[in-house]
Amino acid sequence: MNMTIIYTILSLSILGGISAVILYFVAQQFKVVEDPRIGDVESMLPGANCGGCGFPGCRNMAEQLVKAESMEGLNCPVSDASVMTGIATYLGFEATIQEPKVAVARCNGTCEHRPKINTYDGANSCVIAAVLYSGDTGCSFGCLGEGDCVVACKFGAMYMDPLTGLPVIIEDKCVACGACVKACPKHIIELRNKGKNSRRIYVSCINKDKGAVAKKACAVACIGCGKCVKVCPFEAITLANNLAYIDYNKCKLCRKCVVECPTNSIHEINFPPRKAAEAVMENHNENTIQTN
Amino acid sequence: MLKTFKRGGVHPAENKLSASAPIITAELPKVAVVPLGQHIGAPASPVVNKGDVVKVGQLLAQSSGFVSANIHSPFSGTIAKIEETIDITGFSRPAIFINVEGDDWLETIDRTDILLAECNLSATEITSKVKEAGIVGLGGATFPSHIKLSVPPGKMAQVLLINGVECEPYLTSDHRLMLEKGDEVLVGTQLLMKALSVSKAFIGIENNKPDAIQHLKILAKNYIGVEIVPLKVKYPQGGEKQLIKAVLNREVPSGALPIDVGVVVHNVGTAFAVYEAVQKNKPLIERIVTVTGKSVKNPSNFKVRIGTPATQLVEACGGVPEDTGKIVSGGPMMGKALKSLDVPVSKGVSGILLFNGKEAKRPIMEPCIRCGKCVSVCPMGLEPYLLMTFSEKQMWESSEMSHTMDCMECGSCMYTCPANRPLLDYIRLSKSTVGQIIRTRKQ
Repeated sequence: MNMTIIYTILSLSILGGISAVILYFVAQQFKVVEDPRIGDVESMLPGANCGGCGFPGCRNMAEQLVKAESMEGLNCPVSDASVMTGIATYLGFEATIQEPKVAVARCNGTCEHRPKINTYDGANSCVIAAVLYSGDTGCSFGCLGEGDCVVACKFGAMYMDPLTGLPVIIEDKCVACGACVKACPKHIIELRNKGKNSRRIYVSCINKDKGAVAKKACAVACIGCGKCVKVCPFEAITLANNLAYIDYNKCKLCRKCVVECPTNSIHEINFPPRKAAEAVMENHNENTIQTN
Repeated sequence: MLKTFKRGGVHPAENKLSASAPIITAELPKVAVVPLGQHIGAPASPVVNKGDVVKVGQLLAQSSGFVSANIHSPFSGTIAKIEETIDITGFSRPAIFINVEGDDWLETIDRTDILLAECNLSATEITSKVKEAGIVGLGGATFPSHIKLSVPPGKMAQVLLINGVECEPYLTSDHRLMLEKGDEVLVGTQLLMKALSVSKAFIGIENNKPDAIQHLKILAKNYIGVEIVPLKVKYPQGGEKQLIKAVLNREVPSGALPIDVGVVVHNVGTAFAVYEAVQKNKPLIERIVTVTGKSVKNPSNFKVRIGTPATQLVEACGGVPEDTGKIVSGGPMMGKALKSLDVPVSKGVSGILLFNGKEAKRPIMEPCIRCGKCVSVCPMGLEPYLLMTFSEKQMWESSEMSHTMDCMECGSCMYTCPANRPLLDYIRLSKSTVGQIIRTRKQ
């Protein structure tokens, strides 16, 4: 009969067998021992690979979590509290729940408030504009409006408002990964606590110029008058370099500073409308600005 | 056959509108603003306070590091304040405001026009006088001159090159200086030769200034070791490395300095400033500024005190024309657009150029068609299209490996690009980012 077939089958089977034995020992020799928990933790993480945790991707975050001894400093901003608690219980740690954060663009220099004094026609990129000069308005701190933050956002949570020329953050989509914070050459965007019922109060300006200079460049600039600092009952507001800053950990959302601010540079978000008495006070305040 | 550099280069329209306008002394302003950071390196630290009365030539701010320069008062008057203001760079930086009162000079400064050719000072004395006077490279880079004069140990200067190329279109300040102050420039050259202890100096001048070449050639006969070299017109011949290649046919390696091939390059403006500092005791408080543009009524060259507002110079030329689209400090190729005209003239301002609306507008950017024109015109032999892509994609390691740091920002690539791509904008970004990465790595 056809012995060739038999020889072929035999020789290949023997060759296969020998190779299998060799491969078995080689595999034993070069075995990579990996903690199976890494894979489990990775599957629990959202898999967005956004880098918001500070590591290159979810896999690296999972490795760090397994290696770590507590959850301190390790937080996935994208996933909600239940995911992090789940991982903590799986790894036998105590869960440290961090308050959810959201990106906030601290510039209100719309075309109306902050008139342009020249036109920028270079490459459409904030970093390039920032290398060249201090911006197309009198304010050398504010938003350049070329939209680097929008490009950086992987979650579609930002867009440039064509009317104001400023970035808008869609709160429901923002996961506070911090990509926009890193992309902004002017350091306008900050991650702040989302707050109770998503209510927030912040100074929407980062102009460090003296009051008169800032006000001349932008109608809604913080002029560093210090009125908010005085009125704040919780000492949450600090004034440095002609600029007020509200510490979101201390702020109790009483809204006193919002009423007090003469340039309306303190913003309140998602609050119900004020009562009549407060509204009158606010009107009064606005009138005094106009007469000034 | 005239000399020139071999690799790359472009030929922009010359437009030397103010070439025949003699240098006029600009009027003194009422309020002057003297920026503290007028040079490359650390800003000078002020030694005067608000309310102090200063004389012309008095020290205002002291050099605050190795790469830094003194700043002297160009005016007499009272110090009004020391505050941040937007200067010619477009950024907010500290400056000294002076309320100008009269014109009261320090007595040590010789204000006569008599030529003093004799100098008995030693090399180190000349260098220290240059340092004292706060002289920086007046070609535009504003690198403190005394550092270039102190040759590091182990290296030797063989030749001094004086840069009278003025390859930027429109600008004529160096041209006028060579014509009107030829002798002073030549004495300055000899002082620089003495400071470096070299016996040979070349003054490179582009062939579009035949009167200056002729004038200096006649004068140079009286100065031993100084030779005038006419050069073929090509941009960017005023670049240090291009000038060395053109005149001496030596190639400065990537990352090296001209001193590594035995050459030191100074601008003619610097040579003149050195003459005034050493022979006349006058610190660097004035410079020549060209104010020009196609729509400007009288394109002129001014002798301006540092700190004079740019507005005043433009007014003196007949005001800002109605069709102005962009105002640039420096030349059209490497200059920087100004945010407003309300900025003071600083040591590095060689010209103020007013583009009309049509010239100013950047054409619409189109996709790269891979024609390779940018590669063929790059005088440094780089690949601008590639560097731009790396920068766009934030590939900083690749940028560094493709020698982005060798780019001298001459703008030839962007000038020649048929798709109007903002090549230089992106290369500048990669230069600043890669520079930062290199600095942190060294620490």
